[in-house]
Amino acid sequence: MNRILKYVILDIIKNKIVIFYTILIALFSWSSFSLEDNAAKGLLTLLNIILLTVPLVSILFSTIYIYNSSEFIELLVSQPIKRSKIWYSLFAGLAISLSFAFILGAGIPIIVFADFSKAFIMIVVGIFITIIFVALAFLSSILSRDKAKGIGASILLWLYFALLFDGLVLFLLFQLSDYPIEKMMVIITALSPIDLARILMLLQLDVSAMLGYTGAIFKDFFGTQFGLLLSFLLLLLWIIIPFFISLKKFKNKDL
Amino acid sequence: MIEIKNIAKKFGKLNVLNDINLHLAKGESIALIGPNGCGKTTLIKCILGMVLPNKGEIFFQQKSIFKDIAYRSKIGYMPQIGRYPENMSIGQIIKMVKTIRNSNETLDIDLYEQFEIEKLLNKNMNTLSGGTTQKVSATLAFLFNPNVLILDEPTAGLDPLAAELLKEKIIKERSKGKLILITSHLLSELDDMVSEIIFMQEGALVFHKSVVALKQETQVEKISQAIIHILKHKTV
Amino acid sequence: MRNYYLIFITILIGCSIQAKTIYVGKSGNYTRIKSALQNVNNGDTVIVSKGLYKEGNIIINKSICFLGKDFPVIDGDKKYEVLSIKASHVVIKGFKIQHSSYASLDDPGGIKIYESRNVTIEENLLSDNFFGIYLQYCSACIIKNNRVISSGKQEQEIGNGIHCWKCDSIQVIGNKIAGNRDGIYFEFVTNSLIWRNISFDNIRYGLHFMFSNYDAYFTNCFTNNGAGVAVMFSNHITMMNNTFRENWGDAAFGMLLKEISDCYMAGNQFRNNTSAIFMDGTNRIIIEKNIFADNGWGMKIQANCMDNVIKHNNFMGNTFDVSTNGTLTLNEFRENYWDKYEGYDLDKNKVGDIPYHPLSLYAVIVEGNPPAMLLYRSFMVSLLDKSEKVLPSLTPDNFIDKQPLMQAIKL
Repeated sequence: MNRILKYVILDIIKNKIVIFYTILIALFSWSSFSLEDNAAKGLLTLLNIILLTVPLVSILFSTIYIYNSSEFIELLVSQPIKRSKIWYSLFAGLAISLSFAFILGAGIPIIVFADFSKAFIMIVVGIFITIIFVALAFLSSILSRDKAKGIGASILLWLYFALLFDGLVLFLLFQLSDYPIEKMMVIITALSPIDLARILMLLQLDVSAMLGYTGAIFKDFFGTQFGLLLSFLLLLLWIIIPFFISLKKFKNKDL
Repeated sequence: MIEIKNIAKKFGKLNVLNDINLHLAKGESIALIGPNGCGKTTLIKCILGMVLPNKGEIFFQQKSIFKDIAYRSKIGYMPQIGRYPENMSIGQIIKMVKTIRNSNETLDIDLYEQFEIEKLLNKNMNTLSGGTTQKVSATLAFLFNPNVLILDEPTAGLDPLAAELLKEKIIKERSKGKLILITSHLLSELDDMVSEIIFMQEGALVFHKSVVALKQETQVEKISQAIIHILKHKTV
Repeated sequence: MRNYYLIFITILIGCSIQAKTIYVGKSGNYTRIKSALQNVNNGDTVIVSKGLYKEGNIIINKSICFLGKDFPVIDGDKKYEVLSIKASHVVIKGFKIQHSSYASLDDPGGIKIYESRNVTIEENLLSDNFFGIYLQYCSACIIKNNRVISSGKQEQEIGNGIHCWKCDSIQVIGNKIAGNRDGIYFEFVTNSLIWRNISFDNIRYGLHFMFSNYDAYFTNCFTNNGAGVAVMFSNHITMMNNTFRENWGDAAFGMLLKEISDCYMAGNQFRNNTSAIFMDGTNRIIIEKNIFADNGWGMKIQANCMDNVIKHNNFMGNTFDVSTNGTLTLNEFRENYWDKYEGYDLDKNKVGDIPYHPLSLYAVIVEGNPPAMLLYRSFMVSLLDKSEKVLPSLTPDNFIDKQPLMQAIKL
């Protein structure tokens, strides 16, 4: 596997978009820390930016990259190498290099400004979000041969998780406001990786007190050691399920 | 060496390959010809495992290719249009394929030298012209001294000199007793290179004959004339 | 009436020149405080030197000066009320008073003053008592520069730091109070002043008013309490120049106002509180020249509040500047500075030309639907707020500051 991985990573890292992305989030991070008067607020601002840009860039870049690598994949498939290995290597290459870009861009300022435990969770959450959206990109790009369709699907996926899902949650909240729905809401919210990551991070910050009763339930659910494990497990599922569906499809794909 | 049995492939409702049976033996040099969209490339891709047929089996040295991918280390493949990761240099690509194949065979650097790839090693793939890219593809196909060579439109896009070099190389390999499978639209250039012809039409095998037999049947000198003769008279 | 007191005090000072001084301690007249107290008359001075005195409940029933030298420790052994004062014109100064009993029926205190007047409690250290300093039916007393420190964990296990019940004209000045239920507690207390105290880490409130009218508190600091100050069922309270910081938690407030009226609030600073001010049944209050910075909610105004005027305040960096559960606007906002204001000032009069809606859509949603707080900081919420800012449709139309200031007021 690492026979190709090295070359995929080398290829991506040299890509101008990745360099631009790294500089962009570095710019965002440094400026949100230096514009806010304390680190916790900077972290909050940065969280907003990260939850918006990281999924978008991860899914779009990966989708385009996979489509652009179709000939490269063809070249590899004609070589004595298993299809699953090719797919794993591409995935690992994208995940590693985009995570690396995230760490380089946002991780360094986070470590510099925020205290360790918060910085740690923030970086882990950022990496998870990156990899989840790389996995989703694999799914959307395997579903259609047409590049435009695939990119469209990716944008829709991003839009769904970044925006529509929350709208849906809000709609449900209004529809069911007469019932004790707090627990249900917590579970539903955990079904979106972006929301789960956002609330996980909020619980680490002092602002969790503002989340009120529902926040307290969330904290009972996901704030404990077991809950933290569970939520990272959930995030992990968001990586594994889309990727393995795409892997299964790729194994039977005609090139 | 390669045994194709009852291969059928559909893309959606379109029958691309329709119950193809072929036997490709060692030492043969075969031209795979037919009009556009007759399924040549698909057949090649089936052999390479890039397209999975709906039906049938393919054996490489008596082993089914669907179970073990190791057979591909014995095939050198030159695609119709070779595209490579844009930011990698030629050197890196060659090195990568080397590591993937991990072969102990001594490398065949004839084309590598003739095409003067050495000078281009540090060039990135996205700066190359189509012809140079084809040179890289050809070099890669021959580099590992494979027993089987599958060349999809090998001379398309190459300058005349390079095309000539490639043809010479093909003839040289053929003389070593390798199995060579070529698709081409340029029938005229096939004469020196091939010993067998496979003619396909609309996904079906029309005939598989030796050049000698073909020429005898049609009473002509050249392969191109023979094919035209067949197309005109609809007789095989 | 007041003149008579003055004459009385003058006479007392005059008398004390002839009054005797009694020393308690190893080398003093007495070794036990109680035996000294049996032999004092009004106007005498008792000086207690350094040492540990465990003598059960000590009762002072003469008008004396009771002074500690090098902080002698009076210990109630967790069985007794430590010091009971049942006489007027008593001065208590320089003691460390600790370990009162913890019975809750008769509210034992470190120092408890019964129906007296003109008592001064100064520069004492009260540690781990059930109540620190307890005044009942007292007037004209001064509680000054004491430290009242406990380490209570739960509300029912600990009393208040300085507790006044049915008192008048009390001055609570310069005390440091921590770890009690309420730092300072006033119930039926009138005409009293609370000045320059620091109240922190208390379990419930830093300062708590109940049924107390015509009081004032100035220049105090309330940090990290359950709620900074709670003013309940009271009127005519003046609140100025206080600092409310880090009263942060699930149900924490900087200031909790409940059923109060005719108060004045100015020059206070609210920073890093979950909710800076929570107003419930609050009427005719003027809130001006305060700073609301970095709070979760700047002001939470319940629908039953009316005729309050909120002007010339700075609202900066709060998540929600204002939130309300009502739709009617019965309070007046004017000439405040809002850092979220995005209007313009074409005529350069330093007042924005278009009104500011301090109520964000998300604040309204959360007020009606608390679980919506789960969407805090999500992209959709920011989008909703932005669109509502451009085209207000769901927030009350008249909930506005018509003259928002372009620049923060220098406070």
